Amino acid sequence: MSNIRNFSVIAHIDHGKSTLADRMIQHAGLVSDRQFRDQILDTMDIERQRGITIKSNSVTLPYTSKAGEKYNLNLIDTPGHVDFSYEVSRSLASCEGAVLLVDASQGVQAQTVANVYMAMEHDLTIIPVINKIDLPSADVEQAKEQIETELGLDSESCILCSAKEGIGIEEVLEGIVKRIPGPDGKEENPLKALLFDAHYDSFRGVIVSCRLFDGRVQAGDAIRFMSNGATYKVEEVGVFRLRREPKNELCAGEVGYIISGIKTVSDTSIGDTITLDGHAASGPLPGFKEVKPVVFSSLYPISSDDYPSIVEALEKYKLNDAALVYQKDSSAALGQGFRCGFLGLLHLEIVQKRLETEYDQSFIMTVPSVQYQFTLQDGEKVIVDNPQYYPDPGSIESTAEPFIKANILIPERYMGAVMKLCIDRRGVNSRFNYPTPGRIEIFFDMPLAEVIVDFYDELKTVTQGYGSFDYEIIGYRESNLVKLDILVNGEPVDALSIIVHADRAREWGVRMCDRLKDEIPRHQFKIAIQGAIGGKIISRSTISAFRKDVTAKCYGGDVTRKRKLLEKQKKGKKRMKMVGSVMIPQNAFVAVLKSDKE
Amino acid sequence: MTAGLYIHIPFCRTKCPYCDFYSIPSLSLIPKWLEALRKEILVYKGLFPIFDSLYLGGGTPTVLSQSQWSELMETLFTHFAFSPSTEVTVEANPDDVTEGLMEHLRGLGVNRVSLGIQSFDDQELHDLKRRHTSQRATKAIRCIRHLGFNNLGLDLMYGLPGQTQTRWLETLKQALDFEPEHLSCYQLTIEEETPFGKMRDKGDIHPLDEEGQRALFIRTSSFLEQEGYVHYEISNFAKGKEFTSRHNMKYWQRLPYLGLGPSAHSFRGNRRWWNLKSVEGYCEALARGSVPVAGEETLSKEQQDLESLMLGLRTVEGIELDRLGDRSRSEKVLKDLKGTGLVRVEEGRVMPTREGFLMADGLPLLFSP
Repeated sequence: MSNIRNFSVIAHIDHGKSTLADRMIQHAGLVSDRQFRDQILDTMDIERQRGITIKSNSVTLPYTSKAGEKYNLNLIDTPGHVDFSYEVSRSLASCEGAVLLVDASQGVQAQTVANVYMAMEHDLTIIPVINKIDLPSADVEQAKEQIETELGLDSESCILCSAKEGIGIEEVLEGIVKRIPGPDGKEENPLKALLFDAHYDSFRGVIVSCRLFDGRVQAGDAIRFMSNGATYKVEEVGVFRLRREPKNELCAGEVGYIISGIKTVSDTSIGDTITLDGHAASGPLPGFKEVKPVVFSSLYPISSDDYPSIVEALEKYKLNDAALVYQKDSSAALGQGFRCGFLGLLHLEIVQKRLETEYDQSFIMTVPSVQYQFTLQDGEKVIVDNPQYYPDPGSIESTAEPFIKANILIPERYMGAVMKLCIDRRGVNSRFNYPTPGRIEIFFDMPLAEVIVDFYDELKTVTQGYGSFDYEIIGYRESNLVKLDILVNGEPVDALSIIVHADRAREWGVRMCDRLKDEIPRHQFKIAIQGAIGGKIISRSTISAFRKDVTAKCYGGDVTRKRKLLEKQKKGKKRMKMVGSVMIPQNAFVAVLKSDKE
Repeated sequence: MTAGLYIHIPFCRTKCPYCDFYSIPSLSLIPKWLEALRKEILVYKGLFPIFDSLYLGGGTPTVLSQSQWSELMETLFTHFAFSPSTEVTVEANPDDVTEGLMEHLRGLGVNRVSLGIQSFDDQELHDLKRRHTSQRATKAIRCIRHLGFNNLGLDLMYGLPGQTQTRWLETLKQALDFEPEHLSCYQLTIEEETPFGKMRDKGDIHPLDEEGQRALFIRTSSFLEQEGYVHYEISNFAKGKEFTSRHNMKYWQRLPYLGLGPSAHSFRGNRRWWNLKSVEGYCEALARGSVPVAGEETLSKEQQDLESLMLGLRTVEGIELDRLGDRSRSEKVLKDLKGTGLVRVEEGRVMPTREGFLMADGLPLLFSP
């Protein structure tokens, strides 16, 4: 085990994490220069487009140290968003060390601090690496000073590199070998493996990524998931070297995969402990929790003819995403569809994007909602995550919504702006903490509903990217809720209804009317958009009618061209939803939420 | 279902900066073109049993010499059958109108003249780079009337950059002095591929805003209706039903037509085809013994319905309710349109109003499934 090193790379976005991983992979000779492509571990299109990592990934890198010793370095790549903070924590729990990457010109940023704290919580050995030293704007001394003062790490131990230019890669690898301890754990103990990722392969079923803390596992073994007691027979074990490489067995300290005939990733839980059925560990590894959806939105096909294909796409997609939950739903405006639950708004966007691009589906997603709790006058308690099922207002005794403890870390100078943002979002009970000079940690109790839409984006805006944010759900609190309806030419569009706090209803009504005014194209007639609570109109906007929409000439040579244009517009119309005679573009249903600053 | 025949004469002495019809500013290829046209006539001989309209358009048809006219008309009358009451229209440029030519054309059977006046304002004519002056236009009209043509159409343009409503009405009133049987009033559309299009992109000319265009359109329509004209299509007005352009109605009613000459379009049954947009290419194809067709399409039922809707809603006749497809949907649309005054429903037809004409490009989309 002394020749194994398990580590993650943690970094602020754009500080060069994927490039460093790419260089390490190239150094290990796992891929020829010809086959190489940037961001090699980020296999999903959306990861490449947005430059972020969503799925955890691991790769085993062979390395021969300067002293001539052969090592296996297991790099565990982690997602970089608060929606997936649990996945990150499980990935970090699988490591003994972390390479902390800091951009030489940008220095230590908020995300870096949050990540370092998480790594420290897991007692990881942290190797600070200053990247991009080749840039003209690089200020290595300042970066070192920040690493010392803001993170409390020894700046003397910093390694300098430029992943892009391939400078210092060897030093980083050498540092990993020398400074990060090898794993401990005993091969003779009962198997204890931490499941930190699972993905679906259409030939082999679910491939589980795990870190073995104790024991060993090989093909033919009967394994047991300790969270639910499910047992499977192991078909294959091995390690990832970009491709799967089967091995006879995985032993304590190693990182690798297990294939055992599991049908969908929903049968697995990240953070679960895998043990042997016949020779079980006495208890699971610490830190397991069931991941529950917190954001809900309905998904409707644009055309009802597409319903069967959406069903199929969701079933296939779900094979690879245990966190997505869904059930049938229907709407007067939008027809048959599904109510879906997500980990957060980024998760929602990922599902949306992947269904569209990888599964070629066109659909509408409605305004996201959290789960509200209603106590009725007869004492019954109902949970509602869909405004359509808002109880009869006359029957409601009290209403409650989920609250979170928000944890925000910022340079002190942004304190005013962040306080204002949190209070605007109904934050209460603020507390402060000063971890290092010049930095402040702010805690707020806030309604979850206020952070799911664009809070993170706003925070990044007001802190110029220096704000980091994390949260945990702390339970339900009583709250004065109302249902806000949107009427288009007098017709309520159920899919646009939202549940909001009474104090913020007017603001939301105005915002939604304004946004819809921008999103709905002009028609031949005037369109009135209204926000209403009960029967009371609280906001309105009007889309003026076309004043002239005709071309002067249409003779023999013009007919085909004009018809083709109409056919194109008809296709566009199919991507819209008709409410009466008003065409609402599918984007409008999501756009109503976005703040108008974009 | 009697068909119409269109001949495209793609020659102009000078090109007008707003025009996007195909033509070349040189007359040297006319003999070759005539020879090719004769071959094309032979290709389509017999395909259409009889025509009741013949439209000689361009380009500038009046650049042909009298002998070329004789040759063209004789070939047509030799190889195609025409009903006795055929409407025979020639598009004429005022600058080319002489008593000799017009008398010659009358002798060849031409009974309707469409005269490209555009404006009676010399400054506007200059800006439009027309060859003629208002005085020349007046002279041309007098000449045509003098020779006894009793179906005269005048083509006018409005909505020109900088044109006021008063100035436009001035042109319109002068046109009415000649009591034309037909008026085409085209609101200037700046087409991308024209010199005007490029001038607009560079900011050298500024098209009227939507509200201004709308006001001019409404004013034109109401003024001419007051004067006894029927506004029977977006841009066309007739002094009584008998003076509507029989040929042009074929385009809007989806009746068959044969188009000969470069860039001409033809339509028969559910098929449409169109010729090469090049005099040389056109002549070469026919010289090779091939057809000068550049493209064709066969229309699906859905496409035919869409065309009926699109074209029907451009004319005062509108479209039969039964042809709008799904009854419950069209009734819903009509209900929503009620109060907008864009269409009226009478005797089982949906007809655009004056306001509806102004929206004719978007209306079909509302009714189409």
